[in-house]
Amino acid sequence: MTTLEQPTITPVVLGGARGGPEVRTLRKDRYWVQPLVTVTVLTLFVGYASWAAFVNKDYFAGAALHRNLISPFYSPCLTESCVPGSHPGTVISWWTISPALLILIFPLGFRMTCYYYRKAYYRSFWQAPPACAVSDAHGSYTGESRFPLLLQNLHRYFFYAGLVFNVILTIDAVLAFRQPGVGIGFSLGTAVLVVNACLLWLYSLSCHACRHLCGGGVKRFSAAPIRHRIWKALTPLNTHHMLFAWMSLVFVALTDLYVRLVASGAIHDYGFHF
Amino acid sequence: MAEELTRAAVSGEVTMRVWRGDDGGGEFADYVLPAQEGEVVLDVVHRIQATQAPDLACRWNCKAGKCGSCSAEINGVPSLMCMTRMDSLPAGETVTVAPMRAFPVLRDLVTDVSFNYEVAKRIPPFQPREKTEDEVTVGGYRMQQMDVERSQEFRKCIECYLCQDVCHVIRDHEENKTSFAGPRFFARSAELEMHPLDVNDRRELLRRDQGLGKCNITKCCTEVCPENIKITDNAIIPLKERVVDASYDPVAWLGRKLRNRSKKSAAEAAATSPAEGPAAVQGDDPAHGIPGPPSRWVDGDDWVQDTDAPDAGTDPHTVGAPEGAGE
Repeated sequence: MTTLEQPTITPVVLGGARGGPEVRTLRKDRYWVQPLVTVTVLTLFVGYASWAAFVNKDYFAGAALHRNLISPFYSPCLTESCVPGSHPGTVISWWTISPALLILIFPLGFRMTCYYYRKAYYRSFWQAPPACAVSDAHGSYTGESRFPLLLQNLHRYFFYAGLVFNVILTIDAVLAFRQPGVGIGFSLGTAVLVVNACLLWLYSLSCHACRHLCGGGVKRFSAAPIRHRIWKALTPLNTHHMLFAWMSLVFVALTDLYVRLVASGAIHDYGFHF
Repeated sequence: MAEELTRAAVSGEVTMRVWRGDDGGGEFADYVLPAQEGEVVLDVVHRIQATQAPDLACRWNCKAGKCGSCSAEINGVPSLMCMTRMDSLPAGETVTVAPMRAFPVLRDLVTDVSFNYEVAKRIPPFQPREKTEDEVTVGGYRMQQMDVERSQEFRKCIECYLCQDVCHVIRDHEENKTSFAGPRFFARSAELEMHPLDVNDRRELLRRDQGLGKCNITKCCTEVCPENIKITDNAIIPLKERVVDASYDPVAWLGRKLRNRSKKSAAEAAATSPAEGPAAVQGDDPAHGIPGPPSRWVDGDDWVQDTDAPDAGTDPHTVGAPEGAGE
């Protein structure tokens, strides 16, 4: 007699005949819309971010405009090539090309290894799969079990780096209230930097690695009540991680664009001061 | 075709395109029936059985979304037939009903889901810690609700295997069945790993033998789950993070060393499993590129192909069976 302790062990044999027709999918809905939108938005972002990183100018609206606005792509500006007033001091003297290229490695790494973005680009760019119940575009598959995708497991380290940048961008937003030559004030640019910092915090705090590190990894919550509280607080944020991922991505580009337009003189940054 | 759709829409009929066939092949057959208000797909399939095709095979039981028997692919989307209302499908269009694609078909809409039962035998069961003196006196374990509520979500699973069906890792790559447990069993492992009393450490087992790294978190399992279990966010990703703790985080590694703690090996974690070895094996006629299965533990922790084992490579049903199994 077979019991739970002594089950019959009969591994299934691979290659059994599948039911249904040999077609890529039987889905009739417009499942391709979501990957298409993802490809479009991510391509636009990567294109804009690359241009903004390489152009190496108009990233800081400073004293001449009575403003203190720096693009998030160029903060913290730590190289010799940074425009005056945009940096706390030269730390890296050997970096001669755009400082943004040095900075963007970390936010880019954070987003590249993010659990949500992984889903997004595996589906839309790599087509593995393009949508649920639609066949993969590839003949073989090992997922994230081998190099280089094994490096996705470094996500938590990019998360730590992302936190540092969030602190820096929050300081930038606070400093944006200082309007050189006129005093303390508030402008549309200040609001843009504040909203950008808030969205980046929401994106970071809703991260799955953050949820795990703050409390999700605890086996017995009653032995760690503070971590349990933090985990309980982060869980609702985590359910909106996708929303925060997109909002912060789009807004960080819009923030750079706004600062760029102000710094280049294309638009005036309306505001008031005390 | 367009004429048929128009006729159906005007006359209040539904056209069902149902897969008919077995392991020797098959094709879709169309059935036109009068539409009836309030029906689900399973009701219409039953009417086909009652009026036009008494030999149509379909598996069902509760008609309430709780037994997990009537899993199928409706208009290409893995769903329960008993929980898919006809009025939720595009009006006037033919409704296709096909068997689950990831598993071998037995007949018509019925598939052989025994792969899942084989994987289930290889999941190390609940292994509680020793009782404290107080608990021995009381006669039971003491736990707080805050400790167990995470695991309770996974207890809702009805084992319909729609998540296994939609998972492209095995749906599109049959060879991965030798080394991939699938979302349903990741949820089971998460349930046990998060249990406050369980003392087993399945992380290395999940990483090395159950293919957690093959999941690329496309969330299809979550999308199709009829019990709305957040499989990806609450089970798979937390497990992935636990595996990072155990295998990929140098700081966590250093912390373990300093505190003189070690993770369990895959073999240690699997020691209490009802069965061992891969849940699926290569047949006599291997498809191109499908690797041969490992068949036994060596050095306590490594799987190798056991070429000396009797009938190895000729009778896949004996490969991987421990001594005495099946006797």
